[in-house]
Amino acid sequence: MFNSRITSIIRKEFVQIFRDPRTLAMIIIIPIMELFLLGYAATTDVRNISMAVWDQSKTTQSRALLDAFRAADYFVLDYSVSSSDEYQALIESGDTRVALVIPPDYDRRLLDGNAQVLMILDGSDASVGSTALSTARLVGQAYSTKIVGEQALLSGRVAASAPVEVRTQVWYNPDLDSAYFNIPGVIGMILSFITSILTATTIVRERERGTIEQLIVTPIRSWELIVGKLLPYVILGFIETAEILLIGHWWFGVPIRGSGVLIIITAGLFLMSSLGIGLFASTMSNTQQEAMMSVMMFNLPMIFLSGFFFPIAAMPKFLQFVSLAIPLRYYLIIIRALLIKGVGIAAIQNEVIALVIFGVVIMGAASLRFRKRLD
Amino acid sequence: MTEPVISVQNLTRRFGDFVAVDHINFEVGRGEIVGYLGPNGSGKTTTIRMLLGLLRPSDGHATVLGFDVARQSEEVRLRVGYMSQKFAIYDDLTTLENLTFYGGVYGVTDKARIQHTLELVGLKGHENTLTGDMSTGWRQRLSLGIALVHEPKLLFLDEPTSGVDPTARRAFWDLIYELAEGGVTILVTTHYMDEAEYCERVGVMRDGKLLAMDTPTNLKKTIITGNVWEVFALPLERGVEILSALSGVERVGLAGDHLRVISQRVEKETLENALRVENITVEKIERGEPTLEDVFLALAR
Repeated sequence: MFNSRITSIIRKEFVQIFRDPRTLAMIIIIPIMELFLLGYAATTDVRNISMAVWDQSKTTQSRALLDAFRAADYFVLDYSVSSSDEYQALIESGDTRVALVIPPDYDRRLLDGNAQVLMILDGSDASVGSTALSTARLVGQAYSTKIVGEQALLSGRVAASAPVEVRTQVWYNPDLDSAYFNIPGVIGMILSFITSILTATTIVRERERGTIEQLIVTPIRSWELIVGKLLPYVILGFIETAEILLIGHWWFGVPIRGSGVLIIITAGLFLMSSLGIGLFASTMSNTQQEAMMSVMMFNLPMIFLSGFFFPIAAMPKFLQFVSLAIPLRYYLIIIRALLIKGVGIAAIQNEVIALVIFGVVIMGAASLRFRKRLD
Repeated sequence: MTEPVISVQNLTRRFGDFVAVDHINFEVGRGEIVGYLGPNGSGKTTTIRMLLGLLRPSDGHATVLGFDVARQSEEVRLRVGYMSQKFAIYDDLTTLENLTFYGGVYGVTDKARIQHTLELVGLKGHENTLTGDMSTGWRQRLSLGIALVHEPKLLFLDEPTSGVDPTARRAFWDLIYELAEGGVTILVTTHYMDEAEYCERVGVMRDGKLLAMDTPTNLKKTIITGNVWEVFALPLERGVEILSALSGVERVGLAGDHLRVISQRVEKETLENALRVENITVEKIERGEPTLEDVFLALAR
């Protein structure tokens, strides 16, 4: 399939990769590291929020309310206090995030139908605060609904106005496990970061060492040089994809519901974009440090605008518009849909087309620039 | 001279306002060893890069092996070898891996040819040494091997001996002669005067201009028409001042333990008297031979 010029470059590139422990470590270890970091630490699920309770009522009714909070699984009733000073100290020291105050007349007011409890939240960590707030409201609502029903039953009446109950169904990821969301994202991030950095530096290194000049005076054509230099990184990109998928699947339990062929093809399309970015960055740089910086210049905004960390829908209109030019945005949609939803090509065809367009444009532009530099 | 291997007419290269190579003309015949002498930045490397099609000429015309360098650089590159001053070697590959790689790029996959090249440059037995660990002299040989692996008929050597010790330099030149005897034409740039003496013809380059090109002997004969005097006197520094001021003296230069004076008409006695008057001890004054350095300095004025 390839002539001896291309195979020589490919073989040489692999020898160099396997001889350099740093590159090898970067290829094999960084994906695993990021996978575990994002699989565990970067979880956005807020559970086990510590809670202090000042139960001034100490009745069966107040204990029933506390049980409802316990059952919600979001709160751990760590502290039982007996003054406002106590829970204030606990919140200030960060030992607890939430305090629940049940008034002494809770049981009596419950019978009157206007029972109130006080909930104090530490809002300094917004994500914990908002989760605690919404959960507390839910618990309160569910509990009061239950009580209204019970009271109606006790008084022998059918509840005149049965409160509306919202039943929710979460599809694909019923436990809302953030690993499901993050790990496909890691594939996109690794493919765009590592491959673009490696390609940019491997080409710039030839320029730094002066070997590029020697290569140019050989009969090799620039497209052969580009293919020979990039193909090893395409192969490595696929190996990394498989590595992340397998660990994600076996360790974090992320499902692989879509077709394997589609996963491979779309990974290849996305690789074309990131290799193109690497190649482009290499034409702008004369040293490996410069190449690193150039790649970062492309990649950092890409990561933030791709919807990996922050949902695109929540961005200002202008940034949403910018994100349309970011291949990672499309790939994240594709890989999440393929793994978690198990969709077919029809559901992701627009994103696939976007990837193809971006890949062809960046690769074409980079190749043209590369050719110029040879002259 | 039959069909010249290299033919250059009014070749010029500008980088913005800077003229790196300024309308140069020369021809190189088959099997010749031609030196290209000049200080750094005089346009030697730019000339070679144009001949290899790495840079486009701003003006003028050049053919290499009958091919136009501006339009047929691919044809040229197939047939010539190039050794750059940077020694384009992959440090993380072994000697054999480097040669095999460049061989493959030239379409040379025959293992025997690779082995032959290895022997030719004297690196047999060092096949599996990582080139990053090798001395500059060995790296230079490997670099030459890379330029030779496809058996080119024309070799461009750009400062091939920079940073190499004298013994290795001598051995390298023996190899160059061997290649030339085999019919390979060689264009070699250098800024070492003694090395230029090894060449059959030498071109002297300065500020982008080719000031002269001829055999070393002819250059000395035609450029240095006056006498060369070697003056042994003390103190030398004062001697330079006095003799430089003497009318008719073209150049006075320090050469280790003596002075070199070049002059058309000033005689030995005049020099001696001028020094004695100023109380300088004159040990002896002898007639010397012109060197390429004298030629270079005379041309550079």
